[in-house]
Amino acid sequence: MALLSNTAVLLGKELRTEFRSRELLTTTTVFVLIVIVLFSFSFNPTSEESRRFGAGLLWLAFLFAASLMLQPCFLREQNNDTLSALRLSVSDPFAIFLAKLVANTLFLLLTELLLLPVFAVMYNVAILPMLHWLVLVFFLGSLGVSIAGTALSAISAQARMRELLLPLLLLPLLTPILVASTEVTAGLFDRAPFVQWKGVGFLAVFDVAFLTILWLLGEYLLEE
Amino acid sequence: MTPTSFSPTGIRFENIDKRYGGLYALRRISLEIAAGECVVFAGRNGSGKTTLLRIAARLTRPSSGTVSFLNSRGETGGTQPPAGFVAHATMVYDELTAEENLLLFARLQGIAEPAARARTLLREVGLEERHSSLVRTFSRGMRQRVAIARALLNEPAVVLLDEPVTGLDPQGTSWFAQTLRRLRDSGRTILMSLHGESEVSTLATRAIRLDAGAVVADTRTGANFRSILAFANA
Repeated sequence: MALLSNTAVLLGKELRTEFRSRELLTTTTVFVLIVIVLFSFSFNPTSEESRRFGAGLLWLAFLFAASLMLQPCFLREQNNDTLSALRLSVSDPFAIFLAKLVANTLFLLLTELLLLPVFAVMYNVAILPMLHWLVLVFFLGSLGVSIAGTALSAISAQARMRELLLPLLLLPLLTPILVASTEVTAGLFDRAPFVQWKGVGFLAVFDVAFLTILWLLGEYLLEE
Repeated sequence: MTPTSFSPTGIRFENIDKRYGGLYALRRISLEIAAGECVVFAGRNGSGKTTLLRIAARLTRPSSGTVSFLNSRGETGGTQPPAGFVAHATMVYDELTAEENLLLFARLQGIAEPAARARTLLREVGLEERHSSLVRTFSRGMRQRVAIARALLNEPAVVLLDEPVTGLDPQGTSWFAQTLRRLRDSGRTILMSLHGESEVSTLATRAIRLDAGAVVADTRTGANFRSILAFANA
């Protein structure tokens, strides 16, 4: 119970500070928007072309945006050494990770859902019929990105060259998520949309596996 | 600081080593700090003061050796609340108000009636009127007051202070010295590292000098005590 109550308190702090500054949401939303617009200039986004390339472009944009969003996740805790204050206060250090990864998932999901209509209009893709499935894939994909990204953010925040280190570690690690999410999303963008259950299952297993690893090793990641 | 419900607690360091790779930050530190003592650690930069305090706070794990908390009879065991820790970094969020910061940490620590506790501490550190101001709008001295209030939320019996007055103006240092005197007189055990202060270091009842991670002098009275304090003030 202490884990859940600590997580709820910390999640409240994460949401409050972000909605007060809007730094992460603004930056990532603008970044994804720019990527979507620039990609649309690189080929003729007819409905057929978009079905072939759209899902991959969308997930690449999300992944790059996530690496931007996750960078300050633990870095911000170092400004005033607030991470030490948190470690002294929580009964289970996993609460720190749990709150951050839930907040990151929410921020990422919000960015994705805000930009999905823009993508649909610019790339001539019908999203409404499969919207609920898209939300599920976005959720599973974003959760996986956030779990791995939050853990790596904790590691890279203590390292030199930290700004470079996170993307270097994160992007290769998230390749399986990128592949699975892209395949499932491509299926949903198809002329005859379908749910690729194998990909959905893979995303769910990835999320559970990485969450378990984080739960087991999280305490060591926060140690000095 | 009103004396409250803490029980007097001492600290025992037994054969503490701390290595970073091949570099020793601390070597074979064995110390027993009795409940109610006010100990100042003096030493050059890199002598191991901060590492020792962070080990006492359980923020850093020693490479070998143990740290244990002692009750008033000098026995180990029992569940001790975490020590209050104040460092040069304020350990509070600039983007939250003073009250939000205290509420956050009070709730995390499971303190009963967190709002009332936060208000009481803000009053005690003289920030009641600025309770709803963002910490980022505060001066260095005001931030340090919030930091002290945060460290005292759970009424710790042990207070660890790592160069707490660095960067404070004379007025801020004077306020801090008064606060420290009240903490000491309330029976709390205080361990602090200092660098260049005088008003604060004179409150110490024991002075320990560290050099290259080892204790080189440890005294409570006499000329050596003054020389160690003078070293802290150098």
